[in-house]
Amino acid sequence: MSLSHRRTLLALGLGCLVVITLSMTLGARGSWSFVLPFRATKLFVICLVAHAVGVSTVLFQTLSGNRILTPAVMGFDALFLMLQTALFLLLGSFQVTSLPGWAIFVLQVAAMGSFAALLYRRLFTGSAQSLHMMILVGIVLGTLFRSLANYLQSLIDPNEFLVLQGRLFANFNNADPSALGISALVISASTTAVILRLPRFDVIGLGRERAINLGLDYRREMTFGLALIGVLVSVSAALVGPVTFFGLLVAHLAYRLLPTHRHAVVLPAVSMIAIMALLIGQFVLERVFSFGAALSMVIEFGGGILFLFLLLRGAAR
Amino acid sequence: MIETHALTKRYGQTTVVDAVSLDFPPGGLSAIIGPNGAGKSTLLCMLARLLDADGGEVRLDGRALADWPNADLACRLAILRQDNHLAMRLSVRDLVSFGRYPHSKGRITPADREQIAAALAYMDLEAIADRFLDELSGGQRQRAFIAMVLAQDTDYILLDEPLNNLDLRHAHDMMRQLRQLADERGKTVLVVLHDINFAAAWSDRIIAMKNGRLLHAGPPAEIMRPEVLEEIYDLSMPVHQLGAHPAGLYWLPAAARE
Repeated sequence: MSLSHRRTLLALGLGCLVVITLSMTLGARGSWSFVLPFRATKLFVICLVAHAVGVSTVLFQTLSGNRILTPAVMGFDALFLMLQTALFLLLGSFQVTSLPGWAIFVLQVAAMGSFAALLYRRLFTGSAQSLHMMILVGIVLGTLFRSLANYLQSLIDPNEFLVLQGRLFANFNNADPSALGISALVISASTTAVILRLPRFDVIGLGRERAINLGLDYRREMTFGLALIGVLVSVSAALVGPVTFFGLLVAHLAYRLLPTHRHAVVLPAVSMIAIMALLIGQFVLERVFSFGAALSMVIEFGGGILFLFLLLRGAAR
Repeated sequence: MIETHALTKRYGQTTVVDAVSLDFPPGGLSAIIGPNGAGKSTLLCMLARLLDADGGEVRLDGRALADWPNADLACRLAILRQDNHLAMRLSVRDLVSFGRYPHSKGRITPADREQIAAALAYMDLEAIADRFLDELSGGQRQRAFIAMVLAQDTDYILLDEPLNNLDLRHAHDMMRQLRQLADERGKTVLVVLHDINFAAAWSDRIIAMKNGRLLHAGPPAEIMRPEVLEEIYDLSMPVHQLGAHPAGLYWLPAAARE
């Protein structure tokens, strides 16, 4: 790792610390024993989600060999929505409601990981595909999964549907607290798996043929990588619902700040940038607009514009 | 030693490589020639396990490619395709460092550093080692990719049309460097070439393909005959002897070829 990379990462880490401290203490009124735990929970959710979204986006862009597509654009979030609804329906109708919350969560994450790997492996291990073809496939898959989810939702009992609906909209204030511990566990396990594979992801970034030439078991690594992305996406989607363009925003900030192919540098950077961006966004939303708008709306707006810009620039080249 | 037995590749109804059986003994420089669509690149890709065969098999040292662990194979055999596009921005040194991956798995050791420096020096890239690939000319980029293959330090080096996009001087330099690899370092070099005269002047053996089939294989003197070349390319051309080297004058207008 070069000196300038180290310095940038250190600066990002310090920035993160400052933002976290400020968001814990700024404008706190009343008893600390209430404020700190309350804020800490929210902060924890934001950090988990930011890390999962940032890392999964960069990994996905490495595996798919381009810097425009994200898991959300390719329908990962919609796939999770569908699986979640299907599981909900299945468990509800079999009256297995006695199943503890963490078991349902683990089931969702496992289903998502394996489905993502199976479905998307074919798409990315095949011979060279055009970007436009990929986006088209992503839109079609996304619409398909969303429609299936809608259909399944209409089969659910209205009372149960209300419970489900509460989980499907991005909001960092009402994240499911029972899922928090297990989410943290899942995230740290998948992050460890990513860390162990950092050099392999560097090699995958060279493209299929060069990766095989360098002795990588390309098919296996792609399958595993896609499964990891599926797991990361499902954790963030389960905690706060789909956030489509946030990953694209922070990934490009990281590429711009640290122009290197090394995942050992880019991944920590994107994670810290994502945490800072979400915390600052949340702060501005609460203090400046006093909850007047949903954070996801602001992110979608900015991220959507970046997506269009990248697409047009890519097409022009 | 690489051997193929009845190696076949089909895309739907079309057979692109048709029952090719060949031996590549260690050492020397072999050139694969043939018209467009003859199956040269497909054959090379199957030799390097980039493509799965639909029939027959490839053996390296008597063991089928599928039975080799990927990592071991990457220390014995390297391939370079003609596509030089990269999704990310890399410096020449970063690219060449990737060549050491099969040996060091991403942890560059001092011994790796020596190999990388040697590969950079061999391809005359030291002055531009820290430049980014997208800032370089086509010829410099081509040399950087060859340096990566050199750093991989394999016995077999397979190159798909390495002279593409190179001007006359750089094409000449490339062939000289490949020849040196075979002569001085004992590498087995296998190249797909379009220009029969480059193949005739620099290689020990020419393998001619047409419509997926192996047509001829032998030393340049055997292949560089008007009737053989006409069979390969469907183009009649005089072959002149320039000193020790035969040259096919395919570029002459039809009237001058008579």
